[in-house]
Amino acid sequence: MRGRENARRVQGLAIALAFLPAAVLALRFATQGVGADPIKELTHTTGEWAIRFVFLSLAISPLRRFFGWSFLAPLRRTFGLAGFAYAVAHMLTWSLLDLELEPAAIAEDLTERPYVMAGMASFVILSALAATSTRSAMKRLGRRWITLHRLVYAAAALALVHHFWLIKADYRPALLHAAILAVLFGARVAWRLRKPAPGLA
Amino acid sequence: MGEAKIPESQVTDEALFVNRREVLRLGAVAALGAALAGCPAADEADASAEVGAARPPELTDVRPAADAYRVDAPVTDYQDATRYNNFYEFGSDKTDPAENAHTLRPSPWSVLIDGEVAKPGRVPLEDILATAALEERIYRLRCVEAWSMVVPWVGIPLATVLARYAPTSKARYVAFETLVDPEQMPGQRQNVIDWPYREGLRLDEAMHPLAFLAVGMYGRVLPNQNGAPIRLVVPWKYGFKSIKSIVRIHLTTTQPRTSWNDLQPSEYGFYANVNPEVDHPRWSQARERPLGGFRKQPTLPFNGYANEVASLYAGLDLTRNF
Repeated sequence: MRGRENARRVQGLAIALAFLPAAVLALRFATQGVGADPIKELTHTTGEWAIRFVFLSLAISPLRRFFGWSFLAPLRRTFGLAGFAYAVAHMLTWSLLDLELEPAAIAEDLTERPYVMAGMASFVILSALAATSTRSAMKRLGRRWITLHRLVYAAAALALVHHFWLIKADYRPALLHAAILAVLFGARVAWRLRKPAPGLA
Repeated sequence: MGEAKIPESQVTDEALFVNRREVLRLGAVAALGAALAGCPAADEADASAEVGAARPPELTDVRPAADAYRVDAPVTDYQDATRYNNFYEFGSDKTDPAENAHTLRPSPWSVLIDGEVAKPGRVPLEDILATAALEERIYRLRCVEAWSMVVPWVGIPLATVLARYAPTSKARYVAFETLVDPEQMPGQRQNVIDWPYREGLRLDEAMHPLAFLAVGMYGRVLPNQNGAPIRLVVPWKYGFKSIKSIVRIHLTTTQPRTSWNDLQPSEYGFYANVNPEVDHPRWSQARERPLGGFRKQPTLPFNGYANEVASLYAGLDLTRNF
């Protein structure tokens, strides 16, 4: 019983955390004005938090395994969906505000700009994962669900490529993201390698 | 390209020059000098301004912008123009320069003028400014990143300054360098760019009446983050050409190195003329985001200065020479 209550509390916190970056930006726009370059601000904020929440989602299983914090388990989905929500906001900013829904401009971006293609590929994967994030989809897909949801690493990697291809000169922030993803993926690989050993649950 | 001679009409008459010098000694330059000395009065004068946003002192005796140098578009908000900057010497985020540029000491300042000039030397800023009366120019500025501003600059024509130090007949290009001093410019502790930041123009571009050396903006002394104490403004080119905090002006016979071209030659050319037809390899240059809102607008050839400058590039393939 205690565990379930903990899980619910942690879940509540996670949902609050998911709304926080959007709330902070909305508050800033409302009180301090939209700033110098609001389209860029919205684009970058939503894109960065999409990546960060997907990372948080990927960090749940390692934390659960290494520290035995099983109450964290539901957060994998919560943070994954939060990442997807920011990705949707990112797509809306790009299509509505930046390109003003102009079909030619959208087509040009999707066919001529590799960074947009990488970002779009990442978004398509995240959409598929979000669409199959329900319990019923899990049941329906069975083992294939696990295979499908491993693609989250591909989505994260594509998002980082998308970011890298946009940088003018200073790669440090993107390298930090890449290092985090490497650690998360490394944790997964390490777990796989250690799994056969007995007594390590 | 081109013969790159200084048109007779642009060489300042010596008598006029001397006269200007006298006038200026008493006027704007004195004010600027005092201002640049980092006077604490600036804070008092702007006690009403927002906290942490003390504006630099006002410049006096500034000739208002002539119609030919006045863009018909709303001027960008002062806050946006001074808090959203690309100045990697103070960090690579747009907000870094406004936060970090207080360590720059814009006074005393001198500029080394050398290379193919008859009168080379290390020139105090005051002497450079004595070349002409301060005037205002309300120009568009289009960043290569697809955002734009309209800024009322204060300064003097570059052509007047160059003429004063007499380029030789061999001079074809003008190279500019920014200060290198990691103590004053903390961003230089990282080798994001091979310091110093370098820019350059063909001599005929540099002698064009639109090319401008700014020491102020919005009627005030140039804030550090905008390139104090003296910066270039070339309104028909992408913003990175308009080099900040200049310490050297070097006349050369061959095309000089330029920083962004060094860094990524396939993306940033020597010319860097604003051109909505030639996309950056990674993004479109067809439209731009004027700072301060969500409204986008089409980008104009040569940033709206085609009538004035297109002839400089007659016969040049602008797709290849981007």
